[in-house]
Amino acid sequence: MTIASTTQQICFAVLSTTVVAGALGVVLLPNVVYAAFLLAGVFLSVAGLYLMLNASFVAAAQILVYVGAVNVLILFAIMLVNKREDLAAIPGLGLRRLLSGLVCGGLFVLLIRVAFTTPWGSGPEPVGEEATIRIGEHLFSDYLLPFELASVLLLMAMIGAIVLARRDVFSEDIGTGEEVDQGLIEKARTPLLLDRSVR
Amino acid sequence: MDLSLSSGIPLQAFLVLAAVLFCTGVWGLINSRNAVRVLMSIELMLNAVNINLMAFSSYLDGQLIRGQVFAIFVITVAAAEAAVGLAILLSLYRNRDTVDMERFNLLRW
Repeated sequence: MTIASTTQQICFAVLSTTVVAGALGVVLLPNVVYAAFLLAGVFLSVAGLYLMLNASFVAAAQILVYVGAVNVLILFAIMLVNKREDLAAIPGLGLRRLLSGLVCGGLFVLLIRVAFTTPWGSGPEPVGEEATIRIGEHLFSDYLLPFELASVLLLMAMIGAIVLARRDVFSEDIGTGEEVDQGLIEKARTPLLLDRSVR
Repeated sequence: MDLSLSSGIPLQAFLVLAAVLFCTGVWGLINSRNAVRVLMSIELMLNAVNINLMAFSSYLDGQLIRGQVFAIFVITVAAAEAAVGLAILLSLYRNRDTVDMERFNLLRW
């Protein structure tokens, strides 16, 4: 055992511990804001794991997209829907948790069994630091069509998110044709689909 | 059969880590009452899949690294999914005045 492999094992142990603990925190912590920050920690640790696999480009993309964009978006969503509400108790919650825990445990055992019984064989020598060059070659040769489709998908998602999340601004009321006070859009609107049975 | 390459970490270690992360995500997806937490659980599951892809790419497909290209596409789709999902969540919150998953039941039998 050389010093390099020992260092790698220590790094892997630290990163995987952070990932597992952070993921459990994301799922179990009662405060959603803490969960969102722990999620950032999970994303950063996963980026560290990518660095251990010699994938510097994907690690950078992970940090930029997940920590920089997705996590900030989640934090914004938490701030925008930040309402303290006491969740009404529902019957059979403990039973549901137990059953879903059993299902997840079974899935975990299945995955572990697959991981340890499959003869994976060994692949060719990894390219190491040239990974970024290879990814660029892939994206502009045999993966060109998915690459362009991804840009179209992002554009669709952007427009869709804007359409879904904006407040409707009409200069005149659709029903009566009267002018609508533009200040109205900043005031609280009566929710349309309130669940009357709960109140 | 030497799966550990020059490093001291076998491929199975990454697979086990990804399995733990994925199962945590599934459990959170089923049991979360807060809609934002459901989206976070989905992100956890996508990250678990990405870890698998990257490990396979490095250990079994070292020359072509197609797994890394797939991981980039997964990251792209995850970003799009998060944007649309959170927009839907905002729209839901405006209309129902809650983020409790148990009360989003208009389409439920």
